[in-house]
Amino acid sequence: MIQFLIKGLLRDRQRSLLPLLVVTIGVMLTVFMHAWVTGVMGDSVEFNARFETGHVKVTTRAYAENAGQIPIDLSLEGAGEMLNILHSKYPDMAWVERTRFGGLIDVPDESGETISQGPVTGLAIELLNENSGEKERMNLTNALVRGHFPDEPGEILISNHLFEKLGISLGREVTLITTSMYGSMVFHNFRISGTLSFGMGSLDKGTLIMDLEDARHVLDMEDATAEILGFFGPGYFEPEKAEAMCRVFNEKYSDPKDEFSPLMQNMRSYPQIANLLDMAGLMAFIITAAFIMVMSIVLWNTGLISGLRRYGEMGVRLAIGESKGHVYRSLISESVAIGLAGSVAGTLAGMLCAYILQEKGLHFDVNMDTAAVMMPSTFRAHITPITYWVGFIPGLISTVLGTMLSGIGIFKRKTAELFKELE
Amino acid sequence: MHSMKAQLTSLLLLFPMVCPAQTPDGTEILKRMDANLTSDSRVFTSKMIIHGRRSSRTVESKTWSMGDRKAFTEYLSPPREAGTKMLKLEDALWIYSPSTDRTIQIAGHMLKQSVMGSDLSYEDMMEDASMADQYEATVTGTEQVNGRPCWVLQLEAVKEDVTYASRKVWVDRERYIPLKEELYAKSGTLLKKTEVFDVKRIDGRWFPGKIVFRDMLKQGGGTEFIIESIEFNAEIPEHLFTKAALR
Repeated sequence: MIQFLIKGLLRDRQRSLLPLLVVTIGVMLTVFMHAWVTGVMGDSVEFNARFETGHVKVTTRAYAENAGQIPIDLSLEGAGEMLNILHSKYPDMAWVERTRFGGLIDVPDESGETISQGPVTGLAIELLNENSGEKERMNLTNALVRGHFPDEPGEILISNHLFEKLGISLGREVTLITTSMYGSMVFHNFRISGTLSFGMGSLDKGTLIMDLEDARHVLDMEDATAEILGFFGPGYFEPEKAEAMCRVFNEKYSDPKDEFSPLMQNMRSYPQIANLLDMAGLMAFIITAAFIMVMSIVLWNTGLISGLRRYGEMGVRLAIGESKGHVYRSLISESVAIGLAGSVAGTLAGMLCAYILQEKGLHFDVNMDTAAVMMPSTFRAHITPITYWVGFIPGLISTVLGTMLSGIGIFKRKTAELFKELE
Repeated sequence: MHSMKAQLTSLLLLFPMVCPAQTPDGTEILKRMDANLTSDSRVFTSKMIIHGRRSSRTVESKTWSMGDRKAFTEYLSPPREAGTKMLKLEDALWIYSPSTDRTIQIAGHMLKQSVMGSDLSYEDMMEDASMADQYEATVTGTEQVNGRPCWVLQLEAVKEDVTYASRKVWVDRERYIPLKEELYAKSGTLLKKTEVFDVKRIDGRWFPGKIVFRDMLKQGGGTEFIIESIEFNAEIPEHLFTKAALR
């Protein structure tokens, strides 16, 4: 029977081609849009994780409360011991220490007089520790515009924009003016080994990256760190796992009465990231739901047109004794075959487009200086396991639903009037 | 008649004792306060005990100043801060950092930064001009501060470039020394509070032995500024107030 229906579909192109094309295009759009939205949202989320929040972050309670002010005076003391605990309790995760601070870069002339100054946002990472994975995590290798990474203490990287603004040369000694963990104004000389460009306004304006041990020395932070960031092994945020981890950790180590006790927070704890994550889920749902609705209406219409065109055929089939149910079921079987074929073709086409955008990416040179969350300048589609089957559900459902709605007309026809109609 | 005249005379003589003392002019109070606090030159050693949210630490320094235009400070301890020097000439401030061997001018918003993590900003450190020149004072009442009767003065800035747009000062009625102060921004936000303790008579003037500063925008426990020794109108060599003296 199925073979018979497929033969019919193949031989009568008018019966199958239009619905097949509609399903294929619709499924292709769904698959592509799903991969694109997942990629764009995922990129933004991961970009924030890698640069700012980690998948989970351990700070003091007081630091977490005032995080917007970069309060290094509220840093976590006993960082080494805390790091050991985290490594032993969660060995599958990558744990790194980071310290952020604000300051000023002062460029002296030969006599030590200031010739130019510029504000900087400092980020101290494990730069000299090759095993930390920080260079790869923050994509620093690609961001390096000139020079080289620091290979000894006392060397720093600054944003290319700031480098050009200050009008200096590589290897030049500059003075960092900042505030220590105890609030003193501190001065330290560094050599600029390289410059970076991230393609994001807020990072490119005045970022300074130095090794964590240098920062500890300058900022008077012996065995202290502002933040310990945790990243899941596969590299993508796992909300439920992160939530459970934070709950267990905070129950054991965090004391609401002690503002300097450690507190673990996951990405969702940051309202702007939570919004982004919620938006990603909602967007994927809206796109899929909208596709089902639109496709159903289109295919219902296609089914109706086809029903009208095949009005005579249905009449003959009913007149020669085929039951209404049988005719209806055969129409649905045909739609399942078209839905399946269209879904496979659409999924393949959609994934091909998504794959191209996953590899190449789209560059948006927009001003994101005032954005609440960090956004990468290049967006990519992201093919996930869901991409493989997301098109099948709307592709099949809408085709079958359209046929079911348009086929209802079969049951309204009166057998007694068939011959009269056929005459 | 004679008896009546005698009664009237005694009443007139007693009158000043039963009537409240006349409230002096606000500017006059400020001038008398300035006479206590300002001098042609002074040399003092001080100790700042900074009570942070986590712990307390002490910073010691020695300061030489000439009027309100020139000042030179050298930090003596702790070791991390020792050797750091500050020079103030008119409205400019330079800091010498021995670790970098650099002399850097502090200007603009950096003047609002905390000095050594204390509740004092560089602006606070620089500010020692005559109060009478900078503010218009109105006496708003009398109150007791630590058991001492005080005039309560409301000060409004008459110049644009002052650190605090308005102040509320409790001035000791007998010693003309501010025992308490509230410092406000132009917006009306309370920025700092100070309290004076251990007022001593030195070289014929009243001078505070300890001032407690509290930055209301910080959550620490305040900063105690203790004058350990002070010498007024001391001879200070002029070369101390040059950038060359910083190194």
